[in-house]
Amino acid sequence: MNRYIVLRVISGLMIPIILIFAFYVQFHGEYSPGGGFQAGIVFTAAFVVYTLLYGLEAAQKAIPPEAAHALSAIGVLLFAAFGFASLFLGGNFLEYKVLLPNDQAGETFGIIGIELGVGITVAAVGLSLFYSFAGRRPDA
Amino acid sequence: MRIRNLLAVTMLTGIYSLVVAVLFVLMDAPDVALTEAAVGAGLMVILMLGTIALTTREERRHSMRHNLLALVVVAITGAALIYATLDMPRFGDPEAPAHVHLSPRFTQESPEEIGIPNMVTSVLASYRGIDTLGEAVVVFAAAVGVLLVLGSGSVRGRKSRDAARRGAGDEGP
Repeated sequence: MNRYIVLRVISGLMIPIILIFAFYVQFHGEYSPGGGFQAGIVFTAAFVVYTLLYGLEAAQKAIPPEAAHALSAIGVLLFAAFGFASLFLGGNFLEYKVLLPNDQAGETFGIIGIELGVGITVAAVGLSLFYSFAGRRPDA
Repeated sequence: MRIRNLLAVTMLTGIYSLVVAVLFVLMDAPDVALTEAAVGAGLMVILMLGTIALTTREERRHSMRHNLLALVVVAITGAALIYATLDMPRFGDPEAPAHVHLSPRFTQESPEEIGIPNMVTSVLASYRGIDTLGEAVVVFAAAVGVLLVLGSGSVRGRKSRDAARRGAGDEGP
């Protein structure tokens, strides 16, 4: 890709915008379309573009595959932690309104938390899948 | 006429996803459209290209016999499916079963109950939280499956493995 200067420069400019859009979709998901799943995939897409520009080694220096594997589990655990937290605070599993004194605030807090968990999992899983496919050499 | 170039087929799949995403936007489902565009036209195409790079670009030619029975079965199944769609409610029909059972409660009471305006998020994250937890687990399980089959693709790990192999080769007879 190093030969295509227009593609290289434009893609380089786009990466931060894609990343910011991912965070916008993640944290504005309660008011506008989107949520953790979409944000995670968009985040992965930014890293795919980065890999196309600078190579797999640079991308794996930024987020090593091991970190991606750990994060994909951490996201699911964060989601489940919200479920168990509401269970231990006297509600049902994933009944967020017991998390905070105000019912509405509790629901919103729970939703933001589990969306973050979903976002982390999806971004990390997308990245691990991409690393697995891109990092493998054809069998001779 | 059939396309045997897998690269072209992959591009067509991506374009198809993009068109479907536009269709979802037109039908007022931006959440689904965002997912379709990012997954179908983005990540999936990249993974397909990775697969093509690992395997082959051209589909192999098979000698195909024309099977009349298969054509009849496909025609009957298609006709049955089209007949089944005649029973479906019209698009946007307010009396459709999907719009009279739970939807009124979600659309009228969720802003009060949950406190956020995006009802899709309320339903996904709160009313159907366990479903969404299951989905997150499925996504995680998919990654575990791919890792088991393909390996982690770590550049550093590959280099150290190569170095170890060369070292072992030097020590051998």
